[in-house]
Amino acid sequence: MNKTPASERDNGRKSRMSSSKSASRLKLSGLIARIFVKGGALITLAIIVTIVAYILIKGIPNIKLDLFDWEYNSENVSMMPAIVNTVVMVVVTLIIAVPIGIGAAVYMVEYVSKGSKLAKVIKLATETLAGVPSIVYGLFGALFFVKFLEFQLSILAGCLTLAIMILPLVMGTTEEALRMVPISYKEGSLALGATRAQTIFKVQLGPATPGILSGVIIAVGRIVGESAALVFTSGTIAKPLASMLSSGRTLSVHMYVLSGEGFHIEQTYATATVLMVLVLILNGLSSLIAKRLGSKNEKESK
Amino acid sequence: MKNNKITIKDTNLYYDDFHALKDINMDVVENEITAFIGPSGCGKSTLLKSLNRMNDLIEGCKITGDLRLDGEDIYGNMDVNLLRKRVGMVFQRPNPFPMSVYDNIAYGPRTHGIRSRVELDEIVENSLRGAAAWDDFKDRLKQSALGLSGGQQQRLCIARAIAVEPEVLLMDEPTSALDPISTAKIEELVQEIKDQYTVVIVTHNMQQAARISDVTAFFLLGELIEMEKTDKIFSVPKDKRTEDYITGRFG
Amino acid sequence: MVRSKQVNFEHQASARNREDARYPESAGHQRDACARSDLRNQAVEVGDKGMSKGIKKSHEKQLIDTIKEGGVGFAFLVSALVSVAAVILISIFIFANGFSAIGKIGIADFFLGEKWKPAMGIFGIYPMIIGSIYVTLGAVIIGAPIGIMTAVYLAEYCPKKIHPFFSGLINLMAGIPSVLYGFFGLVVIVPLIRDNLNSQGMSLLAASILLGIMILPTIVAISQSSLKAVNPGYYEGSLALGATHERSIFAVKMKAASSGIISAVILGVGRAIGETMAVIMVAGNQAIIPKSVLEGVRTMTGNIVIEMGYATDLHRQALLATAAVLFVFILLVNLAFSIFLRRSSQ
Repeated sequence: MNKTPASERDNGRKSRMSSSKSASRLKLSGLIARIFVKGGALITLAIIVTIVAYILIKGIPNIKLDLFDWEYNSENVSMMPAIVNTVVMVVVTLIIAVPIGIGAAVYMVEYVSKGSKLAKVIKLATETLAGVPSIVYGLFGALFFVKFLEFQLSILAGCLTLAIMILPLVMGTTEEALRMVPISYKEGSLALGATRAQTIFKVQLGPATPGILSGVIIAVGRIVGESAALVFTSGTIAKPLASMLSSGRTLSVHMYVLSGEGFHIEQTYATATVLMVLVLILNGLSSLIAKRLGSKNEKESK
Repeated sequence: MKNNKITIKDTNLYYDDFHALKDINMDVVENEITAFIGPSGCGKSTLLKSLNRMNDLIEGCKITGDLRLDGEDIYGNMDVNLLRKRVGMVFQRPNPFPMSVYDNIAYGPRTHGIRSRVELDEIVENSLRGAAAWDDFKDRLKQSALGLSGGQQQRLCIARAIAVEPEVLLMDEPTSALDPISTAKIEELVQEIKDQYTVVIVTHNMQQAARISDVTAFFLLGELIEMEKTDKIFSVPKDKRTEDYITGRFG
Repeated sequence: MVRSKQVNFEHQASARNREDARYPESAGHQRDACARSDLRNQAVEVGDKGMSKGIKKSHEKQLIDTIKEGGVGFAFLVSALVSVAAVILISIFIFANGFSAIGKIGIADFFLGEKWKPAMGIFGIYPMIIGSIYVTLGAVIIGAPIGIMTAVYLAEYCPKKIHPFFSGLINLMAGIPSVLYGFFGLVVIVPLIRDNLNSQGMSLLAASILLGIMILPTIVAISQSSLKAVNPGYYEGSLALGATHERSIFAVKMKAASSGIISAVILGVGRAIGETMAVIMVAGNQAIIPKSVLEGVRTMTGNIVIEMGYATDLHRQALLATAAVLFVFILLVNLAFSIFLRRSSQ
């Protein structure tokens, strides 16, 4: 083996990796890196605080009681009809999507092995759905529900479109929650002679509820915030709901129409604030559940 | 008479409320291999990691006492990066970076300011030769280090550690994740490099300590029970507990 | 001489399980664990079958149970197939309409035509394709560095006490509806550009800034989780060679997490290219290729929403064809995303 004597190597290198110089160079590049990292974080923080604060500060003084009148007309662009429509839209969409999403998740977790072809196809489809932009959902809804199934521009068409849109979300969070349920629960139930279905409904879905719920809340947020998928499915009529088959705008669509018209600036700010407060509440709720979940998991792992 | 490279005096270490090291006093002699042995949880790895301050990473870790490298206070004004350059470390699990073999070894020198390709080439070759790995690696310097076997990865990590010319090399159970043949190679290597470096090796394998080390320190429940020339401690241990351990009565 | 050292590193294991957490299970181990639980599932199934034979049930009850079981299982299967059906239906409806329009207009005229004049029957979406690409590129240039730096901050620097608050804000950012972003862009970003730069305000620049902001939460969340998934041995190994915290992060950890970070940016691209309402509100929407960042721009998404309300016949179909092109873009982006994500999990 061809080894250089130790002394020679030391002499040869001390000059190269001179310690004090390299240390100060290291310090400098470290400082620059820190500036970039903290600067980036600060910008993000500033952006989010600015957006929320700006909308709240500009909007709160403009919130007037008559903005919640039952009737919408060109003098008073009341958001009440839109709020009612939004609530209906949320409820109906969830009624459609949540059972399907949970059922699909149960199938993926309990009935099909991860590597099977069917599981892969379903997973691919779900991932694809999750990436489809809302405008494409909107056009599909317009072509399929509004025209092909002849629902016309209606709340129902909007709900169905949104149900497909939130399906991957509900499915994904439920799947994750189900996979977290300790396998011993299932084993215990099966060992007592319970059937597979009984085990799923009575033993496994219970502990998964908080996880499913947090997914549902995020889904509610998406329904409330959605606009592109609704303009061509449930339309922009600003009347309170007459039937599921009549057109109606949700709060986000209302917001879009108002800011596009540009006539009612103050009312637009007020509407933006109401929307923002809704989002803040939903966000608070979901982080509350997440926190509960986190502390519960910690307890269990102890 | 050889110099004391590292001196440890009245050292205590706590993880929050847990007293992990109790009143440790010892000297590590230059160009010798010192082995730390003892049952798991006895504090041997903890002490090793306080020599290059890797314990700083652990939340709630508090150390008191006097630890010196060549008389310089390890926990004093010394720059921690320079300390770690002088006191290299090889980990229990081989942890080559997800880069080529060459870049793995050149990482340290580059960190410490060497940019010239010629110099880096030379350092990479010398380090690999130093780690008795040149013949194995010279044709695959451009290959990803993650594709190597465990034993090769560990030799690469040793080469990577000596590429920054450390004075001390800390080895934290370097062979525990390896097969017997790789283990034998590493052991042989450690003995070859001891005239250039001071080596401190933690091992849970007493035969290994007996085979390669000059001095052995036995730890139990955070205390240094006995530290002696290796041939002595394994033939005539002074302490009953040491004897129990090396004869396999516990641990 | 007595001293004490207490260093808090947020990303390190808590003292309770410090020994184990130094080397958390590698991805490989996790995969093993999955495989194991799969095996266990199978074992349970086998056990289940054996059991029901063993316990004596009345014949009728057993039959009813079997039917119930089958029905429930079938319902779950149908639910799972809804998403597959949805993807197929969406593809059929968008592509069937889109392709027939492209056929009528002519492939070259449609994709490369620089004029979009529906009233004259001229349907060239080249300006919109370029518009979407410009806007997305601008969003990435603005959003990616800020997002990645924020992710590094959250993963490596953020004090433990601030972390939940900061990531809560990032979540909030992800939850803010497009129309609110668009409105903010309209009343804040657009006037800023109009007043300070020689521009009408609604512009490529405004759209890029706004989209850059909107893709931040996506980039932050995925980059952060891929940084957190990096084997801690890399970081420790780098520190042990005398590298600083910064060099260990930038030269080793980020390199190890690069596939994940790239996939984060790709997902951001997907968000940006598909974003509709916010872009329309600030982009100006002129159907021509902008000559500078201060000019207006129309994206494919904008093209659809602006004209869909009143379009008929071929015009309407041309808009659906625009959606088909957009859909293809999105599918390609998703494909790239899953490729990089798969690579990062290896």
